[in-house]
Amino acid sequence: MSDLSLTNPAVAGKTAPPAGARGFRLPTQWLGVAPFFIFALMFLILPTGYLIVGAFQNDAGEYTLENIVALSQPSILAAYWISIKVSLASALIGAFAGLAIAIAIVRGGLPNWVRATTLTFSGVASNFAGVPLAFAFLATLGRLGLVTVILNTVFGVNLYAHGFNILSFWGLTLTYIYFQIPLMVVIITPAIDGIKREWGEAAATLGATQSQYWRMVVIPVLWPSFLGTVILLFANAFGAIATAYALTGSSLNIVPILLYAQIRGDVLHNPHLGYALAFGMIFITGLANIFYIWFRTRSERWLT
Amino acid sequence: MKSGRFWAWVTFILGAAYFFIPLIATVEFSMRMRRGTYSFDAYKVVLGDDRFQATFGYSVIVAVFTILLGVLIVVPTAYWIRLRMPHLRPVVEFITLLPLIIPAIVIVFGYIRMYGSNSPLPFLGSTRGTDALLIIGYAMLALPLMYRAVDTGLRTIDVRTLTEAAQILGAGWATIIGRIILPNVLIAVLSGAFLTFAIVIGEFTMASLLNRPAFGPYLQNIGANRAYEPAALAIIAFAITWGCMSVIQVLSRFAPKSANHRN
Repeated sequence: MSDLSLTNPAVAGKTAPPAGARGFRLPTQWLGVAPFFIFALMFLILPTGYLIVGAFQNDAGEYTLENIVALSQPSILAAYWISIKVSLASALIGAFAGLAIAIAIVRGGLPNWVRATTLTFSGVASNFAGVPLAFAFLATLGRLGLVTVILNTVFGVNLYAHGFNILSFWGLTLTYIYFQIPLMVVIITPAIDGIKREWGEAAATLGATQSQYWRMVVIPVLWPSFLGTVILLFANAFGAIATAYALTGSSLNIVPILLYAQIRGDVLHNPHLGYALAFGMIFITGLANIFYIWFRTRSERWLT
Repeated sequence: MKSGRFWAWVTFILGAAYFFIPLIATVEFSMRMRRGTYSFDAYKVVLGDDRFQATFGYSVIVAVFTILLGVLIVVPTAYWIRLRMPHLRPVVEFITLLPLIIPAIVIVFGYIRMYGSNSPLPFLGSTRGTDALLIIGYAMLALPLMYRAVDTGLRTIDVRTLTEAAQILGAGWATIIGRIILPNVLIAVLSGAFLTFAIVIGEFTMASLLNRPAFGPYLQNIGANRAYEPAALAIIAFAITWGCMSVIQVLSRFAPKSANHRN
């Protein structure tokens, strides 16, 4: 970081010895953060901006809304729809299950080792995604998977005869919640810890019943971070591709898989439609995350 | 209260079942390779595979460079924001959250279009350049985690006093960051590093679209072509993730709770 050493320590404002020469303060200060901003600009903002601009241009470079309109063709719309369904279902199931587990380990009066083990395991499982997770679920619920076989031989239930398929909406959702639940546990446990015992005591002193305490104190405090995390889980599932690709190949047509095929071989026969596809993804996850940030700032007011 | 504890146990056991059954099933599946008996054949085949060793080695090297790049970018920035430019904190935090908003596949799509061999910055024109772009992309994916880890670490030390003390003793900025700040947040940096490692080691999308021989695309390829090896690989990958997280847990025990607050 040679730019940092260029900065003269004498101009360091308040923290430096009082002999600071105020005139040079502004330009040299910026040198400290310049590498970060250049890095972010070159490798995050400009490449994304390139795609977004491309989404609104045609081959001749003229600005147009054609590509965005073209997103409404049935196959693409179906891909967005199934992506949104899988992401929403896995986010909601993951969030409620994760919340239940978090409440159980924080407030359920379980032994301490349960909490510690659950949190450690959640840290691992929330990062256990991608291709290996798909393998694990194929070995569990695939046609020859352990659970499929046991249900069939011991209980006489043939999952696949009942229309279940790991390469389907429910198969993918069930797989995604393997990393969604732990992520919820990891994020929401501190929020539940943040509900101070004193609040319960204060409520009790004022004559509140247990249900009033939950309805009027716990849920209002918790719900912004809960809703915020649901949105984060949604975005998390929406952008994921590796698990779905390894699980289903290209038989389940979700947006990231369609985009993957488009990048590899221009399956849509229109590069600008590919940009529009990418823009649509950013638009949806961006919208979700704007809500997330908004909810989080609301909840942090209480929990710090 | 008693019924509350009962339901807490029920919740916990149901959750544990959902999480352990796939692991058990995967272990069982991975040992079915030899007909009629359980064996570790699938693991032997996998670990003995040249491509496994080559791709795994490649991904480890990429992960190490990713961590180095991440540290080089994040530590000075987080330090500087804390010390001098706190008004920029919301901007920087927003940028570090962007990789959560923009999916990896979109980021790499942008790279492919912007840094092709005919562009002013032809990263994709050479193998080394593509490797560099992959490392940059991974550093971007890890940015939200790395920044948060380092910023949390900085919160526990008194950046201002340490800097002043170092300046009085005549230290330059490189010395301050390299020899004062970095050692003090080393635990936090290492936590971020292992988290980065866990994410990067099996990453599929970027490596596959940049056509690099990394571990993730290898996994996918084995999954499409073999029966029992994928299960063995899943267990190996789970063990690696577990290892990284355990290291982070052990490290967090050594982390200073807070040097700021005098209790």
